[in-house]
Amino acid sequence: MLEFVYHYISVQTLVWLIVALPLAGAVFNGSLALITAHHGGGKDHHGHHHTPFRTLASTVGVLLPFAAFAAALLCFVTLTGFEEGAPSLITGPLSQWTAFPGLTIDIGLKVDQLSLVMALVVTGVGSLIHLYSIGYMSHDDGVVRYFAELNLFLFFMLILVLADNLVLMFVGWEGVGLCSYLLIGFWFEDPAKAKAGTKAFVVNRIGDAGFLLGLFLIYGVMAAAGADPATGYFNFETMSRYAPFFQPLATVIGLLLFVGACGKSAQIPLYVWLPDAMAGPTPVSALIHAATMVTAGVYMVVRLNFIYVLSPTALEVIAYVGAATALFAATMGLAATDIKKILAYSTVSQLGYMFLACGLGAFSAAIFHLVTHAFFKALLFMGAGSVIHALHGEQDIFKMGGLKPRLPVTCWTFLIASLALAGIVPTAGFFSKDAILWHAYSSGHVGLWLVGFVSAGLTAFYIFRLVGAVFFGSTNLPVDQWKRVVESPVSMLIPLILLGFLSAFGGLLGVPEILGGSDRLGEWLSGVVPLVGHAGGGASHAAEIILMVVATIWAANWSILGWVIYTQRRDWPERMAARFRWVYRLIVNRYFVDEIYDRLIVRPLIGVSRVFFWKTIDATAIDAIMVHGTANTVGVWARAVSLAQTGVVQQYLLYFLLGAVIVVVAVAL
Amino acid sequence: MMHWIQTHLLTTIIFLPLVGAVITIAIPSRFRDAIRMVSLVTTIVVFVLAWKAWTALTGTGEFEFSELLPWIPSVGVSYHVGVDGVGMILMFLSAFITPLAILGSWQEIDRRVKAFHVFILILETGMLGVFAALDLFLFYIFWEVVLIPMYFMIGIWGSSQRIRAAMKFVLYTMAGSVLMLAAILYGAWATGGSFDLLTWYSKGFGPVEQLWLFAAFALAFAIKVPVFPLHTWLPDAHTEAPTAGSVILAAVLLKMGTYGFYRFAMPLFPLAVVKFAPLFLALGVIGITGSALVAMVQPDLKRLIAYSSVAHLGFVMIGLFALEPHAAAGAVLQMVNHGISTGALFFLVGMIYARRHTRQISDYGGIARTVPITTAVFLFVTMSSVGLPGLNNFVGEFLILLGTFQTKTTHAAIAVIGVVLAALYMLWAVQRVFFGKITIEENRGLRDLTLREAVVLIPLLIMMVVIGIAPKPWLAKIERSTENFLALSKRVEMNVSHHDAH
Repeated sequence: MLEFVYHYISVQTLVWLIVALPLAGAVFNGSLALITAHHGGGKDHHGHHHTPFRTLASTVGVLLPFAAFAAALLCFVTLTGFEEGAPSLITGPLSQWTAFPGLTIDIGLKVDQLSLVMALVVTGVGSLIHLYSIGYMSHDDGVVRYFAELNLFLFFMLILVLADNLVLMFVGWEGVGLCSYLLIGFWFEDPAKAKAGTKAFVVNRIGDAGFLLGLFLIYGVMAAAGADPATGYFNFETMSRYAPFFQPLATVIGLLLFVGACGKSAQIPLYVWLPDAMAGPTPVSALIHAATMVTAGVYMVVRLNFIYVLSPTALEVIAYVGAATALFAATMGLAATDIKKILAYSTVSQLGYMFLACGLGAFSAAIFHLVTHAFFKALLFMGAGSVIHALHGEQDIFKMGGLKPRLPVTCWTFLIASLALAGIVPTAGFFSKDAILWHAYSSGHVGLWLVGFVSAGLTAFYIFRLVGAVFFGSTNLPVDQWKRVVESPVSMLIPLILLGFLSAFGGLLGVPEILGGSDRLGEWLSGVVPLVGHAGGGASHAAEIILMVVATIWAANWSILGWVIYTQRRDWPERMAARFRWVYRLIVNRYFVDEIYDRLIVRPLIGVSRVFFWKTIDATAIDAIMVHGTANTVGVWARAVSLAQTGVVQQYLLYFLLGAVIVVVAVAL
Repeated sequence: MMHWIQTHLLTTIIFLPLVGAVITIAIPSRFRDAIRMVSLVTTIVVFVLAWKAWTALTGTGEFEFSELLPWIPSVGVSYHVGVDGVGMILMFLSAFITPLAILGSWQEIDRRVKAFHVFILILETGMLGVFAALDLFLFYIFWEVVLIPMYFMIGIWGSSQRIRAAMKFVLYTMAGSVLMLAAILYGAWATGGSFDLLTWYSKGFGPVEQLWLFAAFALAFAIKVPVFPLHTWLPDAHTEAPTAGSVILAAVLLKMGTYGFYRFAMPLFPLAVVKFAPLFLALGVIGITGSALVAMVQPDLKRLIAYSSVAHLGFVMIGLFALEPHAAAGAVLQMVNHGISTGALFFLVGMIYARRHTRQISDYGGIARTVPITTAVFLFVTMSSVGLPGLNNFVGEFLILLGTFQTKTTHAAIAVIGVVLAALYMLWAVQRVFFGKITIEENRGLRDLTLREAVVLIPLLIMMVVIGIAPKPWLAKIERSTENFLALSKRVEMNVSHHDAH
């Protein structure tokens, strides 16, 4: 089988296929969407939506991502099959984007341990989300456009992770921004949803501005270092060779790029777009929150670890921002009542953990958590989607309850994912979160560890609050409606089951040594990122075990508490909220951050633009006073105006043509 | 004949539209489609020739396809045309936009059809000539030739405030032109009676002369660009002009200003460049950010795009005045990019206007449901306009900012804010025009793009992708020219450093 493939396709081609296949899907479905733009949306005489080519669009839209996953898998098998050398490969430039003297930017891909892991996660989890979408979007008449945009999303994300240079990475970086804009605002007729899309793009753009400035500084450093421009200043390989030259500017560059990461990966202060991003269809949320988009910032920091390790200051900032975000978002998860919003805050919070790991220099732990999070967060969102789908759009967890018997597969897979999110042994989330917390503790950052530890407790509480309120206890649905709730179709359940499996056992990628395992992912990535060993010493082994046990008990306690309260004592929280009224108000209003941004930045900006820049400067100072004032005093122009108005245009034309003819004749002579 | 065309390629390209205009005049006014057809075919032929010239251009940075004929020898005026990569790419842009503008006006212009097409053809000759003229007198003639048809286009076929807008356009431009003419005459006197650009290049003007001459040239060009605060004619002219007028104005006429800086004001007067660069860099940055903010709060969609032009051209200005190779090449490419993207935006606004007869953003809302293809195209062009990587504008903006950052870090850092603001005002406008529910009954029955309209837009969309994905072949032919531009414009810096060395 493999021989057959190798006979026809080189590994390089295989790498190109990973990105080309989703692009082909996007182009195909995009064209189809344009062609059928005026045929969709109608209803047949049974009242069902009928969209022409629904089956064709979804077949192509789902098969191509799976084919991309197969290509990525094949790459993995092939590259690990070589006995010697690192499993990495550069496709070489497909073409050159620019080739100035002094600036070469190639369009080329790079596969190494890191990008391969990312490509596998993106295509793997992404494909499952595509498959799930068939069922979820079966009633939507925009399904062709949906799959076009979903495939495009995958394409840009794959460009982002597989790019061999920063500029091409930036293409993917902004590209996923575009796709998130399109998909968050997918149901554009709802103004709030359209607005959420715009918000996502603009907030991301703020981050991207920082990213760009970082890029320009990198160019300056490379030029000053005397690197050969032909090798490409933005090429990761070239950059890492010149890493020592980044020393003086590493902090500035690192922080500017991190501004970009804050936008894309929803960290304080640019996280505000992500909770609103749930306006899109739920599979899109799964895609944004798990497989694509938000992981980009973490990936970028890990990819450029050779710059970040040069700046303890930058790392420190990242660690603190990450920890603060983890805690801050976790508290907001406590009071939210929308099932998708809770999950959205948990994403922000878990991304905080990943940046905490990056900031501690534990890059492989960050990737480990990124991978396991992709599994369980995709599962959580798709499970939530399954619930929403079954309840015809209901998203308030307090209007659900007791759904376990009605939605058994959804319930049990959701439970596994919740255990993973809560970090309960032995799920995937336990190992990856433990790796991060242990790094914090063992590297002496007890404060950061404590923040992570507290956040873990809050996480366990709010996710089991959700589980308890949605699946267990008595139902808040009318009984007859509850009876009519049916489990989602098989195409939606298969992804849930597969991801449930991964969420349960994905931790095997990195079992700590003291538990008789090995950090496989860390070793695999060691060619790309520095391997930060667990701090040595016999005493710390004991500490590691103790911390692990404490963390598990801690998370389990909060889980049980959340679950018990929200299945059996649903009136307690209300009484608590009433007692700590202002705290509750603060949290439930998300600390009024959106309002603060609105009052402090958005409205003043619009006001100043309108009143000062437009009406005062432009319309009055320049136009009315300077221009028209001058014109009126000159007065000559008034006569010209009257000439034009009396309609002697033909005369003008005549004169003009006469002049033109004279010129032509003069030239000819 | 073929041989003559080959040896006089530029002349053929420049004056073919004029021939078309003469033929058009000969057609009786009632044959309106014949008039349209003749001008369309003429401009398409011009485009094909321009494309041939562009591909034949070697890109050495020297002036190619040169033709030199004595014209009025007694005063040193000659017919001297020739192009480097920059002149050629702008000629190509003009030849690319004009047929689209004619096709785009097919139905919009239904009165005085003949006059309209005669004007547009004369306009094309003027535009092409401006980018090819190497004699300053000739350049001035072409420069003025452009002014008159555009004045009539706005004044006759414009909307309600057209007279005011047309007058403002002429007033502004003439004010600059008159000074430029004086400067040209003085310069010719100072060079001992030569209007030839190459003679001017090699003649070193005195320091004081340079300042005055630069000021006169720069004023004319800055008005045309337009550079803040000389820009207030632009929103009026754009808004009132018919679609073809707005498109050509944005796509080509504004580039005459930036091209003027590139070809004349900066390389001729390098001493003045040193003095004036901080001013123009500052004004460029103000244009980028300030105009973006003004664009954001415009209630009129066409005005919004007009202000966005000021912001985009601000990028070109800082790219030129940064005096850095990447920035200069980026600035030139950005002239083309802006022509394509903003041209497309004006086409689209014109198409929407033709259906609803309003430009107010608040009169729309939710029309994505009724005109999905228009929406998709508008979004695509928006993405190009806000500089999404993979599309044309990104290339120019990236190179400009990258280059400017190396020499003028602060300016580039502020200009980056413009990238954010661009996304803000464009997407906000898209959101208000296309998204949401339809609240106004008239918006319900809107017709989506017609085939003719699609034919107008598709070439523009193709160009956005082609330049965005493969900018290299385009840049390759302008890069040597911008090197020459920098060498000339930075002559003083070299001298100064020489002095320092001694």
